[in-house]
Amino acid sequence: MAETDRVIIVGAGHGGGAVAATLRQYGFKGAITVIGTEPLAPYQRPPLSKAWLKGEADAASLALRPPAFYAKANIDLRLATTVTAIDPGAKTVTTDAGDTIGYDWLILATGARARRLPIPGMELAGVLELRSAADADQLKAALGPGKRLAVVGGGYIGLEAAASATALGAIVTVIERENRVLARVASVELSEAYQVAHRRRGVVIELSAQVAALEGVDGRITGVRLGDGRLIACDVALVGVGAVANIELAQAAGIACDLGITVDLAARTSDPSVFAIGDCTWRPLPHYGRDFRLESVPNALEQARQAAASICGRALAAPEVPWFWSDQFDLKLQIVGLNFGATHTVVRGDPATESFAVFHLTDDNRLRAVEAVNMADAFMAGRLLIAKNRELAPAQICDMSVAMKDLTV
Amino acid sequence: MPQVTFIEHNGTAHTVQAVIGKSLMEAAVDNAVPGIDADCGGACACATCHVFVAPEWEAKTGTRNEAEVAMLNFAAEVKPNSRLSCQIEITAAHDGLVVHMPDGQH
Repeated sequence: MAETDRVIIVGAGHGGGAVAATLRQYGFKGAITVIGTEPLAPYQRPPLSKAWLKGEADAASLALRPPAFYAKANIDLRLATTVTAIDPGAKTVTTDAGDTIGYDWLILATGARARRLPIPGMELAGVLELRSAADADQLKAALGPGKRLAVVGGGYIGLEAAASATALGAIVTVIERENRVLARVASVELSEAYQVAHRRRGVVIELSAQVAALEGVDGRITGVRLGDGRLIACDVALVGVGAVANIELAQAAGIACDLGITVDLAARTSDPSVFAIGDCTWRPLPHYGRDFRLESVPNALEQARQAAASICGRALAAPEVPWFWSDQFDLKLQIVGLNFGATHTVVRGDPATESFAVFHLTDDNRLRAVEAVNMADAFMAGRLLIAKNRELAPAQICDMSVAMKDLTV
Repeated sequence: MPQVTFIEHNGTAHTVQAVIGKSLMEAAVDNAVPGIDADCGGACACATCHVFVAPEWEAKTGTRNEAEVAMLNFAAEVKPNSRLSCQIEITAAHDGLVVHMPDGQH
């Protein structure tokens, strides 16, 4: 790192904002330019489906940093601007504002976009997705007492939005293609508990349900047509069926990509001057011996620290065990780890009480993941135990008289 | 606005303006105080905003809630006066508040 070094960060989301701040925290003295397509300075996306939707958060509380921070930290924030091309040979990026800007280090924090369903009616008014604050504003405006919300996709975003909308008095139906919600991201035990919890609080859940089309009148949605012919009438539909990494810019520049931009544990891409962080990356998972794409704030922040440390010549922190959280109704879900290699599960606590944890173990009883609902100590113990990769006694895990803390010593 | 002071493990003090109604963690993040990462943004999900409340301030910062207790049980260097700063809401009574930060919080 030289004092004249120039860093360009493509993407002004959680990762882009965090890496700019972390570079300054680590003593980077050179120029930092953050270029983002959205008109807003970096903000937190997790509250969009929760506190923001319920009107419990304002723009200021959503912001990653207060507006004055960027000028004070000498960070050039270029918003409502899109990078259209990277020239890795000349080390420049070109923007849709017509600028060509040179870099010594480039950090791609391009995120992911909502997957679109190849069905008729996606263009109707009232068919929404939820990735950005603008999306959340549209959804918020459409919700209220008695409004009917159809959620296509029973993933985290869909379920969080369903919970928030229910709290606002809306009538919610979740439509899921698989035979359980959270099918792609959670265990059967957790899926079942969340189905029960949502139904208990008034959400209708349709499982194994194909969506044939979104139907409307005068260009505005009126219902979701299922594969079996039934119509779920609605005033607004939220489509949350996963996300696709924004890798096109990197691909066009000849940077190696898989399902995301391929990076190492220093967040470096195949081009040694280019880093990538967050949802857009295809990254190693050292605790699991494989590569994967993670969609989470902790992942974006870990990689922001990796990229900043690499640029500033600092030692890298030990790799984190991936973790996630989701707040729905009064259920606080905390997940640590991924169940790669797990062959059996042990449940601590009783799911019926809405305070329990599912431990995912390998054949030889090493912990791979913990899904904890209103059981923070199981989550925290899991973080330590997965990293330790030590053999555990399943009987002790389910024994509520054994403190979680005692399993970690 | 109340002034609060964060003291790093190495003794470096950061005195910043806090906002009534926001959390102590947000005062640190808004003012780029190093050592308060607050990865989860205040959802009490990560324990990266751990602080030690100076003894004379413990009464005014209240007691840990249940989720906070569980998280802190596993934090490094936990002490009787450990708190997660995202769970302390700033009031006018907090003007002059002093908290210390643990070593190695990133």
